[in-house]
Amino acid sequence: MAENLRIIGDTLPGVDMNAPLLEVEDLRVEFKIRGKRVPAVRGANFSLETGRTLAIVGESGSGKSVTSQAVMGILDSPPGYITGGAVRLHGVDILKQDEDTKRGIRSNHIGMVFQDALSALNPLWSVGFQIGELFRVHRGSSRKDAKKRAGELLDLVGIPDAKNRIGHYPHQFSGGMRQRVMIAMALALEPEILIADEPTTALDVTVQAQIMRLLKEIQEERSMGLILITHDLGVVADVADDVAVMYAGQIMEQASIHDVFKRPANPYTKALLRAIPRVDTLGQELEVIRGLPPNPASLPGGCSFHPRCWAAEEKCSVEEPPWASVAEEHRSRCHFAEEVYRNER
Amino acid sequence: MNAELGQEHAAEPVLEARDLVKHFPVQRGIVFKRTVGHVQAVDGVDLELHAGKTLGVVGESGCGKSTLAKLLVGLEPPTSGSINLLGQEIGNLPQRKIRPHRRDIQLVFQDPYTSLNPRMTVGDIVAEPFAIHPGVVPKDKVTAEVKELLDLVGLSPDHVNRYPHQFSGGQRQRIGIARALALRPQILVCDEPVSALDVSIQGQVINLLERLRDELGLAYVFIAHDLSVVRHIADEVAVMYLGKIVERGTAAEIYDHPRHPYTQALLSAVPVPDPELRGRREEIILQGDVPSPINPPSGCRFRTRCWKATERCAEEVPSLDVGDNGTRPPVSHHHPNQPEGSTHPTACFYAEEKDVTHAVK
Repeated sequence: MAENLRIIGDTLPGVDMNAPLLEVEDLRVEFKIRGKRVPAVRGANFSLETGRTLAIVGESGSGKSVTSQAVMGILDSPPGYITGGAVRLHGVDILKQDEDTKRGIRSNHIGMVFQDALSALNPLWSVGFQIGELFRVHRGSSRKDAKKRAGELLDLVGIPDAKNRIGHYPHQFSGGMRQRVMIAMALALEPEILIADEPTTALDVTVQAQIMRLLKEIQEERSMGLILITHDLGVVADVADDVAVMYAGQIMEQASIHDVFKRPANPYTKALLRAIPRVDTLGQELEVIRGLPPNPASLPGGCSFHPRCWAAEEKCSVEEPPWASVAEEHRSRCHFAEEVYRNER
Repeated sequence: MNAELGQEHAAEPVLEARDLVKHFPVQRGIVFKRTVGHVQAVDGVDLELHAGKTLGVVGESGCGKSTLAKLLVGLEPPTSGSINLLGQEIGNLPQRKIRPHRRDIQLVFQDPYTSLNPRMTVGDIVAEPFAIHPGVVPKDKVTAEVKELLDLVGLSPDHVNRYPHQFSGGQRQRIGIARALALRPQILVCDEPVSALDVSIQGQVINLLERLRDELGLAYVFIAHDLSVVRHIADEVAVMYLGKIVERGTAAEIYDHPRHPYTQALLSAVPVPDPELRGRREEIILQGDVPSPINPPSGCRFRTRCWKATERCAEEVPSLDVGDNGTRPPVSHHHPNQPEGSTHPTACFYAEEKDVTHAVK
């Protein structure tokens, strides 16, 4: 470990502090599976400002986790390859940096919280050691110092009796407490962006409420940008400022939280919102999206949602819809976005 | 349950459990095993299910929901208590004698990926119950019956020769439902049947379950942690915490007039998919985690996380009748919007209604 031990002062050369915090432009990711190229992300565009929360919503297989892994630079390669696009942090394209710089960007600028804290933590080291490792490797702290700061972090994320718990191992923590440890690790080097990939999916609702509140509090306190990846529209409605809806590797719609829920401009978003059981539809049959999400290896032509869409016309099966604006800060990928937005369709 | 509900359904319940208890011994030692404690998975549960109705059971992981499901279908023998299935006591029968009764009560599992044998074709999976219960369907009619079952759950009868991996999660759950329906049971116990599915697929399976209930006159015990799904499908709801039912009532009573502090906390913690409600609902954030069922708190089991707890809660165990103060007005199933002051059974000394699902601020 000694050769890695160095102090990184400026981890990001060429910073333009006037540029947006994070800008993802036309990001493309492909997987090579048995010699075949399977697109997982097909041109994702979004941006994140300091202190804002962007939720990326989608069903399983929609490419939301792959997008976040590509942004974080932890995509498993092979089989995954970033085949195009740019990820700009303060105006610097981080995809073009060398491995050393990328390593500095991770955790110094972007922190990540994973869904499954038990498999994301190393069972053989105490949590204090694992959190302290960040300070030792990235900041060159001494063991004693690192341990002290690990204790402070555990205290910050609300682990009771933090001083005595830094020597404990991951299995000695409950699911919610483990997720707190993960958050402590992600926050250790005071990143500007926190990516939380389904941070509460494995937890019970009462614990989920605790964790979401903690994330929100810390975000506000440090005015971080938060990217929340989830399939739960309830969680989104609770915390997000902006929402990007993903389907089959594309962002279908992006807008502010109120616009997405009140005036969706994409049939997929509309159908997704209607599929949730709610009080005013009690006693009725649930509205469902017919069919299944497409196989990424054989996507339908034209709009990828057209075989399941209730508004589809002939045009949709041949022509790919453009990524167009329907209102300020409200974009949608649909031939009939305007009509859907005005609720005429 | 209570007399008022009994009048509502004059018929006998199809399934009734009384004081159901399941304790799993915790053993230490290799050669000489000694029991050092018990996991009190289910501890004194009463429930009643009527034909054509759905009883929802909600609670967090570790509250004993799945153990309850296994007890009801006879996969685990209860430590004590009785289970009455269609007028027959099955709780303390030996496994061999339970088998004929299993025809009437079947289980739908949570995980459609592991509950189907990957080496068997769909036709074999759905036909397997007929091999275990010969005499239900004559041998030469089995193939036709299987095709009919697949059709009933919305799968193509031509798919009998396919294997489970060729189906999506939602379709696999349909196969599981077809298998459960093969013996024409009267009751289905569904243990988290849609938890593993995406929202868009979840709705399809729920609609199917509702349609089957109405067409075949089935009764469901529907176990789930997703409260909005349970609200949609259930007529009555029981809320479980650490092996005990803490509150029970119609879906409207539980969701619109929750009285137990735990139910209130649970409902408050469920995020509502409506950004307008952000910050306008009553917010209850519980401290800590669910205590271990090996050594549950004395008295009321929720008291360690409850903001209302007093000394009395540590000393006395509140029963489901305790919240009523003995004055319980008749409860009607036909008025989902109960007048204020619903008094359904709640196991809390300080039960009091609180609206946590609607905007209050």
